[in-house]
Amino acid sequence: MRKGTGKLALAGALACGMAWTAGAAPASAEDTIKVGILHSLSGTMAISETTLKDVMLMLIDEQNKKGGLLGKKLEAVVVDPASNWPLFAEKAKQLLEVDKVAAVFGCWTSVSRKSVLPVFEHDNGILFYPVQYEGEESSRNVFYTGAAPNQQAIPAVDYLMNEEGVKRWVLEGTDYVYPRTTNKILEAYLKMKGVPAEDIMINYTPFGFSDWQTEVSNIKKFGSAGKKTAVVSTINGDANVPFYKELGNQGIKATDIPVVAFSVGEEELAGLDTKPLVGHLAAWNYFESIDTPENKAFIDEWHKFIKNDKRTTNDPMEAHYIGFNMWVKAVEKAGTTDPDAVIDAMIGVTVPNLTGGYSAMMPNHHITKPVYIGEIQADGQFDTVWQTSGLVPGDEWSDYLEGSKDLISDWRKPLSCGNFNVKTGKCGGESVAAQ
Amino acid sequence: MNRFLRLILLLALVCAATPGRADPVDDILAGFASTSYADIEKTIGALAASGDAAAPAILDALNDGLLEISSDKKLYIKAEDGSLTDARSGAAVTGDTPLGLKPVKVNNRVRRAIEAAMGQMTLLSPDPAKRLNAAASLFHAPDPAQLPAVEAAIAKESDPAVKRAFEEARAAIVLAKPDAADPDKIAAVAVLEARGDEDAKSLLDAAAASGSPPVAEAAKAALGKIRRELAMWGVAQNVYYGLSLGSVLLLAAIGLAITFGVMGVINMAHGEMVMLGAYTTYVVQQAVQSAAPALADYALVFAIPAAFIVGGVAGIAIERSIIRFLYGRPLETLLATFGLSLVLQQAMRSLFGPTNREVSNPTWMSGSMDLGGLAITYNRFWIILFSIAIFALLTLVLRKTSFGLRMRAVTQNRRMAASMGIRTGWIDSLTFGLGSGVAGIAGVALSQIDNVSPNLGQSYIIDSFMVVVFGGVGNLWGTLVGAMSLGVANKLLEPVAGAVLGKIVILVLLVLFIQRRPRGLFPVKGRAVEA
Repeated sequence: MRKGTGKLALAGALACGMAWTAGAAPASAEDTIKVGILHSLSGTMAISETTLKDVMLMLIDEQNKKGGLLGKKLEAVVVDPASNWPLFAEKAKQLLEVDKVAAVFGCWTSVSRKSVLPVFEHDNGILFYPVQYEGEESSRNVFYTGAAPNQQAIPAVDYLMNEEGVKRWVLEGTDYVYPRTTNKILEAYLKMKGVPAEDIMINYTPFGFSDWQTEVSNIKKFGSAGKKTAVVSTINGDANVPFYKELGNQGIKATDIPVVAFSVGEEELAGLDTKPLVGHLAAWNYFESIDTPENKAFIDEWHKFIKNDKRTTNDPMEAHYIGFNMWVKAVEKAGTTDPDAVIDAMIGVTVPNLTGGYSAMMPNHHITKPVYIGEIQADGQFDTVWQTSGLVPGDEWSDYLEGSKDLISDWRKPLSCGNFNVKTGKCGGESVAAQ
Repeated sequence: MNRFLRLILLLALVCAATPGRADPVDDILAGFASTSYADIEKTIGALAASGDAAAPAILDALNDGLLEISSDKKLYIKAEDGSLTDARSGAAVTGDTPLGLKPVKVNNRVRRAIEAAMGQMTLLSPDPAKRLNAAASLFHAPDPAQLPAVEAAIAKESDPAVKRAFEEARAAIVLAKPDAADPDKIAAVAVLEARGDEDAKSLLDAAAASGSPPVAEAAKAALGKIRRELAMWGVAQNVYYGLSLGSVLLLAAIGLAITFGVMGVINMAHGEMVMLGAYTTYVVQQAVQSAAPALADYALVFAIPAAFIVGGVAGIAIERSIIRFLYGRPLETLLATFGLSLVLQQAMRSLFGPTNREVSNPTWMSGSMDLGGLAITYNRFWIILFSIAIFALLTLVLRKTSFGLRMRAVTQNRRMAASMGIRTGWIDSLTFGLGSGVAGIAGVALSQIDNVSPNLGQSYIIDSFMVVVFGGVGNLWGTLVGAMSLGVANKLLEPVAGAVLGKIVILVLLVLFIQRRPRGLFPVKGRAVEA
């Protein structure tokens, strides 16, 4: 029954869309440019995604105060895909076909991105994806403003190896595509660096896992073999809080077994008593504590907009900030919001990021970013203990995986290919992990 | 800018290297100006070796991130209130703040170096807890150079526990020392064998692999014994984890055992009652913290009745407004309460925001103790006790009070109970309120180990139904045994099969079990069931 209604709605939407294009030929009569926001406002992912919706509204508001774009005001179209993956595709279709938005900012989990991907490719839309992800993907219609594995996971492992002398590794993750692919890349990378297989322990737990006693005591046991041990955590979402609580209670201190996390930011720490966690690490491209005038202005603006000066800022928020400014610049450069023109204009666009540098959009639709390693402080903020000396360009096809290392992506003409195999010279390679 | 700073630093380093300063300790301390963690680590070692009286205070401040260095390489300790004291002289800084003050950089590597240095310096501290820490840090970082100091400490020590810790540290050092005599090493192996934990095992592993033949032999024999003991303790530990998981399941399910088990209402909003209890805990904790900070550690005690009332009132309201119209129509009840659970979740999301709320653990629920080879975390331990207490209390209410009697009468034969003058409608409401209130209390306990978020309840609802169905509908004892056996089975499987597969195996076994015994472990017998 549900399916039937969906189809009916779809048909209706299509009919509407056709009627609209046929009837309203002078599209320029529209005096606003619509921007779609596709973030879950209810369900499990609301905890993370609601903030991104708010930050987009703030950025659009700011742009309108500056006079809008191409002489028109921007109009936000907010939809709620309710943490339901198929609903993401339906809502994306609605944004592109009914609302006719010029660009969409949205998605958090990889599975939601994979679910909307065919819609964006079919309707030739533009999606800005702001979250760190596993890579192994490059679409002409998607701009990835979050970190690829080489912009987060690999530098974090390098830091632990070189600065803390870690010899034994626990790769602990939630059981879905991002941790599994990231851990596959990390495992290949560690083995390349000469870490023997018995010094790597890989473990997965379900979403929302809350009883960490056995896992944590296994980590403790694994870590007492006389070699310096660290945990690389791709645990996502709600499961983090009980994990860190259990670490604290079982007395695992950061000086004994440090945990470096890729999904724990200021927002996640806000729901947690951070005193037992001091010294555990996170790797991001942005920390709220980074002291630059741009960041300070952004945080002030955010507090004013959300009317609560206790709210934190985090990495995906910065990614939207960069993505939105890039899109604005590309539209100005192209002089139109036409997707093909904007997609071509996007490559090479450079905008300031919040950490005092500039980020550029590369031909593979990923951006250049600095990488920071921070230690958790008692106040729930991160103290930067290490950073890359320059910007790291995002590498969509990992160099450490079989099948993926021969692929490159370059959306400039005449190549225009997201998975060009440099060995066979053909477009259309498949990676093992992407299957 | 950065380059400019580096140039200054370089110049400063050159200046520091020239023999201008009289005091060697000042020269050592200047090393804290470096931005390289390796240099800071070296400086800590040198400072500890210098034996300067100010060293422990300086290292303490560094550990807490309160040590600051000015551009002329003078160290200052910043107090929590922002006031500065000179790190070497201890004099308070009056007047202008020194130029270019910035914190000395600390990371885990530096903290480890501090720990080791403090270990060396506090060997003879008058505080036994500090001596114990010192012994532990020497044990974990055995340094042959410290052997005479440890032996001196053993000779002086009067506290037996600390003395044993020192002897273990000495054993670790002896094993790490290449030129120690074989008999000494064999004695050290015996000390470690008596310690018998994972740390001792890893030291013995190293000795068995690289020691001289007699030492290696002794180490191997000791290892065999330790392995057997550890394996036994490992099973015991898993059983304890299982009981702890079981107690959480029991807490989540026991309210449902009443609403579903006794009344037969399929209440999908049961998890949300747990969630309401957890949010009540948050609100109570906030209130206590602002009204009476001295009592903050006992906020949970106040939260228990509050959560019971909130859950209970919500339950009665739900029963009066929705469920009483749907008795005898399980499908509609299921759908209606599922819809209600979504409404409650979104309501809490709008009210408290989508992000997790922080409920802090009181000090008496943090940390762990060692009981033989068992590591018992206090929060889990209290939750086990708490769940048993709730269970006992509820059994008493059902068995020994007149309300319990009426409740059982109504569920067994509604019409006869009504003709005896029992207001069945009210009993239904109160029973549902009782179940929901107990769910609220469960929320207080769960706020200690899980997220306080609108989704809290969702993650427990399936498990709760599982426990009640497994234990036998309508039987509190069944719920107890069901929860505990599911918990223990889960935790015994988890190390072998992993968390994901372990859960799947449990579910499959459960389905098979229900096929054999559709009424669960302890089926209710009698005419009421057949009716």
